[in-house]
Parts: sequence; structure tokens; C-alpha cells
Amino acid sequence: MTQVKTPMNRRSFLKVSALAGGGMMLSFSWLAGCKPTPEEVSNLSKEWFELNSYIKIGDNGVVTLMAPNPEFGSNVKTSLPMMLAEELDIDWKNVIVEQADFYPERFDRQFTGGSLAMQMAWKPLRTAGATARHMLVQAAAKAWQVPAGEITTKDGMLYHEASGKEAGYGEIASQAAGLPVPEEVPLKKVGDFKIIGNSKKNVEGLNIVTGKPLFTLDHKQEGMLIAMIAHPPAFGQKVKAVDDSAARSMPGIKDVFIIKTLEEGYVRNGFDTTSFTELVVVVGNTTWEVMNAKKALKVEWEKISDSTVTVAGWGGNQQTVTIPAGLESTQGHLAKMAEMAKKPGKELRKDGDPEGAFKKAAKVIERTYTAPFLAHNCMEPVNCFAHVTAEKAEIIGPIQAPESIMQTLTARLDMPKEKIHIKLARMGGGFGQRAYGHHLVEAAVISQKLKAPVKLVYSREDDMTYGIYRPTYTATYKAALDENNNMIAYQVKAGGIPESPLGFAQNRFPAGAVDNYLAEEWALNSNITIGAFRAPRSNFLGGVEQSFLDEVAELAGKDPIEFRLELLERAKRKPVGKQNDYDPDRYAGVLKLVKDKSDWKRGKSDVHRGVSAYFCHNTYVAEVVELLMKENKPVVEKVYAAVDCGVVVNPDAATNMAEGGIVDGIGNALFGEMTFQDGVPQKSNFETYRMIRHSEAPKSIEVHFVKSEADPTGLGEPLFPPIFGALANALYRATGQRKYNQPFLQDKQPLV
Amino acid sequence: MAKINLEINGEKRVVDVDPNTPVLWVLRDHLNLVGTKYGCGMAQCGACTIHLDGTAVRSCVLPVSTVENKQITTIEGLSEKGDHPVQQAWLEHDVAQCGYCQAGQIMNAAALLKSNSNPSDVEIESAMNGNICRCATYLRIKAAIKSAAQS
Repeated sequence: MTQVKTPMNRRSFLKVSALAGGGMMLSFSWLAGCKPTPEEVSNLSKEWFELNSYIKIGDNGVVTLMAPNPEFGSNVKTSLPMMLAEELDIDWKNVIVEQADFYPERFDRQFTGGSLAMQMAWKPLRTAGATARHMLVQAAAKAWQVPAGEITTKDGMLYHEASGKEAGYGEIASQAAGLPVPEEVPLKKVGDFKIIGNSKKNVEGLNIVTGKPLFTLDHKQEGMLIAMIAHPPAFGQKVKAVDDSAARSMPGIKDVFIIKTLEEGYVRNGFDTTSFTELVVVVGNTTWEVMNAKKALKVEWEKISDSTVTVAGWGGNQQTVTIPAGLESTQGHLAKMAEMAKKPGKELRKDGDPEGAFKKAAKVIERTYTAPFLAHNCMEPVNCFAHVTAEKAEIIGPIQAPESIMQTLTARLDMPKEKIHIKLARMGGGFGQRAYGHHLVEAAVISQKLKAPVKLVYSREDDMTYGIYRPTYTATYKAALDENNNMIAYQVKAGGIPESPLGFAQNRFPAGAVDNYLAEEWALNSNITIGAFRAPRSNFLGGVEQSFLDEVAELAGKDPIEFRLELLERAKRKPVGKQNDYDPDRYAGVLKLVKDKSDWKRGKSDVHRGVSAYFCHNTYVAEVVELLMKENKPVVEKVYAAVDCGVVVNPDAATNMAEGGIVDGIGNALFGEMTFQDGVPQKSNFETYRMIRHSEAPKSIEVHFVKSEADPTGLGEPLFPPIFGALANALYRATGQRKYNQPFLQDKQPLV
Repeated sequence: MAKINLEINGEKRVVDVDPNTPVLWVLRDHLNLVGTKYGCGMAQCGACTIHLDGTAVRSCVLPVSTVENKQITTIEGLSEKGDHPVQQAWLEHDVAQCGYCQAGQIMNAAALLKSNSNPSDVEIESAMNGNICRCATYLRIKAAIKSAAQS
């Protein structure tokens, strides 16, 4: 067991003092709208005793665990409470999981993104569970007048072997609730886990398959109006004038007006998007009526001028961001990127003498890759419920980063945060897009103006053309081999609009494995807005770097796995530089595992294979794609993935997440693309924006986890980037053609 | 506006709406049956799938005036307690990630199995191709349909 200090700060004091009184009634899932069944009611506790903000124990032994993070499908609502339950030492069957509202005074880090939930919660949540268990043991020791050290626990029961005394947690909870929080508690050893490492089904499974109202879009309340917005059809435009006469006279329509979502001079945070901040709003009784009235709006748009906004960066540094005027097009972007790729970039890392090494090289290879803007296309379109009165603001929204948007809301509504209550609805997908809470501000501003509860609903078209896209990128890689086919120099120059993909990745493999190394970047401004998209930046770099390394291995006449393993051995044995941000052993470990599981050594004549390996978001992944061509189209027969994410908390859910990342990656690699003409996004719904569908998914996927006792890391993102590379490499084996530009298939025809 | 007589999940319901209103919005806004989801509004994603006289249809493009006197089944009416074989198979395979599209997937799968009790992989892929899952849970959906076919 490990002793850990419990955080005795103001937050924990609040936690404890708030509960000391105990006796809190369970509030059934606020949004689920599903009344407890008679059976459930009979099982309900009469009284609940809160041991800390995460854990309530009922007098009948049923335990309510709070899921702190917003849920967007990565299953944190199940896997985080598993950590609490493990250390609390209870039977998972007796657990009720409840979604926490945004309440930073009571819960740590209510943010979903960056594949960080497992890693960041690992210690705090286990400590919360262990602390509560400790308090129960102390209370039993007091009640039974025996030493606490002689009391054991199992599945929600307390035992004192010598005296034969035993009690359920529910019987002791009332006495435990008033006890002081211990300064230190022991945590279990990995080998002693009973819940962690054993698959638990999604706690919302039944609600999902029976269509219960779990999502913000499903929320309804008395007097609620529906609002929709019209934003400019093109980036680089704004509202000039609105003729709303036709729209206003349509059935069910209450009002039409313009809102400004951010005030002039407001200092934005990193999650305040620079997308359209002036919107035309139509409000009415029902969604269909408002949709129709929106079509009847006659809005005149005008071009924007160059402008700047101030953004508060991390660590208190403010920066000024220029939003250029102009109506941009994809062809123009590609031309500008090609031009920039020829110029020197900003140096991010340099080892040795790359220039000299290239001069004396036996072989040199240089390749350039591009990738387009991507739209997130979460299945639940952007929407938000808000009810803002003079006294308070109640907001229900799909939001990954409530803390960031709370700051925006307090500024825009001119209300202290104590009066703003954000409920974290289950999100119908997030993928980074829902970290940007503009829809919460929009709904709140509309409600404040209407003095009524309102649900803001984006049409699919509004959602797809609003921005916050994955940026468009390009990268040029160059490698040099000596006469023995050893890689002696490696260079990457990468850039994008309006962001470079390289800024956080210059110390990644193969940096550290090659004597002469250079990483450079550049970026060009744009008025097209961008945001995090599943594995930001890595989702481009991982794929193209792994395609390039495949080509270098081929030039060197080496097996692509052995070539990478040689480089990793070099990075381990004699690393170049001190900043390398990967562990060569764990990196090599996943490559060896995928090599073994995919039977890589045995040649396969019936399928074409490609391999890749990437480390991002703290998890190591290697993937092998096996495909064949049918009627000139690739059919992915099988994908093997080897993953090192430390302890696997909820194995079947982890496998599900891994499968999703792989299939999503294949889809985006083959089809994903948003293009622009004169500022207008050229795709606005699924008839033109191609998403991967059932028939295009791999026929099977095998996910293998490295057995590890290392602290867990996440899975939402790391499986996604390398699949672009493994797929490109397999396609090359199948067709003889390397893929340098995404998407790989230019077939834009919808399938339905 | 017009009074429309509907039969939904075995119950007679009357709504007073614009007859062009898609069934999706009648269900969601007027009858508070929100299990049927809005995804695209143009029959391209399948999130709004319901059964009309036992056949899977996209409710987002189906004017309510055309479904009078026909039997509509939504996810809420597929079974009383979530015990339809397809729902059970979804739970067994723990299919869902975000869960938003799954009601549409389940309704489409249930209709498929009604017309073809033992579909091949290709038949499943073809029948399910109109239902997008952005979380990309396609493999589990296929496995669940096969399990449901066995039960």
C-alpha cells in the first residue's frame, strides 16, 4: 500500500463541512427525466450521508458516486467512479452514479479533453475513495471500541474478526460523516484491485438503448422557447442589415433580433472562439416553426475589415491575434502553404549539423504532405438551454470545458459566478469542438434578453459551417542515409492556416534518435476559425511522419518495424539531446507487441499491410492495417493495435474507445475534408461531407494492451493519429502509390 | 394548422400542427418523445429512424400528414423495459460511446432483423449504411446485431 497525503485545503474543508450534517436526499438524475421505478424507490435510502463531495452512502448501504467530468462518450461517467469504488471497497452492484454539475469548489478538474481524465483523476479520486473508507473504519472502531487497525473491509462491509462484529457501510455512515478527514490514507496496490481492471458496463447503457432524455437537446421545461441563429454564410463577413418582416409574421414566431455575444474590448480566453460574434436570432414556440422562419429571413451581409482581438494566454500572458479581412478559398490556401514551405521557418529544435549531413549523404529523400480543414460533425448539433433572470442564470449545455466558459459568462452577463449554474449534460459527441462554449454564451444572452427560458438549437448546417475546424496543415520531411543505410539526418518543416502543427512536437521521436535534426514551423493568419479536434496537431503529424518513415525504411532497404526499433534502440542507448519526450522502451514495446500479434514476420499474400507507431497524449500506440482492393477501393480487413496506457481501468470500454479512434481515423483519412470558396464552407450537411459508414469500417479490430502497473493515461485520442500512417502505408503496398494529400479518396459521392 | 390523428407506440394521439411538420419534430416538440434524434434533417444520418408500419423510415423528412392511421413505433415503444433482443444485445456488447445515434441504429437494426432474421455481414453493412455513428462504434453494432439474430 502507498500512503498518500489527502489535500487539506479550503476545498476539502468545504467538502467536509458541507456534509457533516448528512441527511441529503438523492436527487434523481436531473435530466434523465426518468422517474425511479417502484422497484428502485423501494431500494432507495431514507437518508444519505455524504463522506466527501464524491461519495454519499445511504442508510441501506447503497452508494452514490459523483462523476465529476462532463461525459462526451469516452465513458468517464463509468470509469472515474470505478476509481472511487475501488478504494472505498464496495460492491459495484450497489453503486448509483450521478453526474455532477459544474461546481469547482467541490470537484477537481471538471474538464473533458486531452485524453487526461484517467491520468488526472487517478490519485485524487482514489484518495477520495480511500479517505471515505478510512472514516468508515474509524467510526466502526469507535462504535465497537476496538482498534481501527483490526478492522477490515470488503464489498461495503466492515469486519472485526476477533469480536465477530460486522456492519454494512450504511449502518456506520451516519457516524463516519462527522469524523475529521485523515491527513494521510493508504492506497491499494495495483495487484489488489478488484474493480479497476475488470470491465464494467456503461452506467448509462439502459438509458441510452431505451431513448431516455439524456442530452441537452432533449431538455424541455415550462414556458421554454426555441431559438435558432443565422450566422454569415462566409468567413470574412458580418451582418449589415436584416429584413425580418416575413419571418416575424410566420406562425409561432415570437421575436427576431441581433445579439452580440462578446463585448468590444473583452479579453478572451483560449476557449473563446473568434467565430461569428454577431448573430441574427429567431425565436418561436417550436423547432420546426423557427427553422421555417429562419429560411424567410432576408439578411444583408458585408465584408469585415482587418481586426485584432486580445487573448489571455496560458500563464497570464496576453497576446494580440489578428483576424484578417478577406474571403478565403482552399486553392488560395494550398498555394500560400506551398510558398511558405519553401521559405525558412522558425527553428524549434536543432541537433548537430543537418545541413552538413545532407551534403555528405549517400541518399536523400524529401516529401511534402497536406491535410485539409476538418469539421467535427458531432451527431448532436450544437445546442444549449439557458434561463437567465436578474437573480441567477441556469444553463444546461454540452460543454467539455465549463470553467473556461464560466469566465466568459460572468463577463458577458455581468453576473458573479456564484449566480451562474452550469449543468453538465451528456454530450452527443465532443471531439474537441465542445470545449468551445460559445453556444452557452449565445443561449444565455438570448434568454437574458427574452426574460424567458430558451433552448438554442443549431441546424446541422449551422453546426457544420460555424468553424472551430481542425486547421489545414502541410509538412515537408527530409531524411539522409549514409552508405550503410543509417539515418544520419532528419528534418521537418511544418505549418498551417492558422496554426502550425509542430509547436508541441519538436521533441518527439525520431528526435533523439538521429545525430542531425532540425524542426521548423510557420503559420499564416486566417479568419476561418479553428479549435481542438481529436488529438490536435498530432492528428496530422502522427500520420504523415509515419508515412514518411515508411518511405525512408524502404529507401534504406529495411523492414519498417525493424527500422523503427533500430532508431529507438539508438535513442535509448545514446540519446541525442536532453529534451526527448518519450520513453524508447515503451515505444519499442508497442511495436514489438503489434509485430507479434499481427504475425508481421510471416508474409501475407492475401492482404496488403502497413504499420505505424506514435506517442501522443501520454499513450504509446502501434498499429498494423491489413487491406485489400475491391473494385479499385480499399477494404480494410483487419487492424491490430498495441497500446501502452499503463493500468487499463475499464478494459472493455478502453477497447471500445480504441476501436472508435481507429475507425474514425480511417474515415477522416479516406474522406474527411472541408473546403472553402470565397469564404463559404463548401459542405454543410452529410450529403456532401463524407463520414465513414458501416460498410467502410474495418471488418475486424484486435486491440492489445501492454500489461503495466504504470499510472493510467488516456485513450480518446492516441489511437487516432497513427492510423492515418498505417493506412497510407498499406495503401502504398496495395497500389504502388504513396498518399501525400488527405483525404486519400477523392470520391465525394454520398452512399445513401 | 390541422388536427392529425396518430397512433404512436400503440396509443392514439392527436396533434394540432402544420401538416408539413416532419414526424421527428412532432414527436420531439409536441409529444415529448425525445428518444428519436435530430441529426441532419435530410435523411442522411439515420439518427431519427422510427418504424412506420414495421418498416424503418427517417422521420426528419416525413410530413406528419402522411402518417395518419399508420402505426408508428419509436425507441420508447420498442419494448417496455429495454428488453427487446436488439436492446439487450446492445447492452451485452456495451456498444454506445456518446450514445446519441444509438436509438436510430437500434430502430434500424430491429427493422432489419424483422425482415431478415439471420443477416450476413454484407446484408448488415448494407442495411445499416444510412446510420452514421460519429464515435464509430460500427464493429460493436454489427456484433450486437449478430447476437440479437441468434437470440
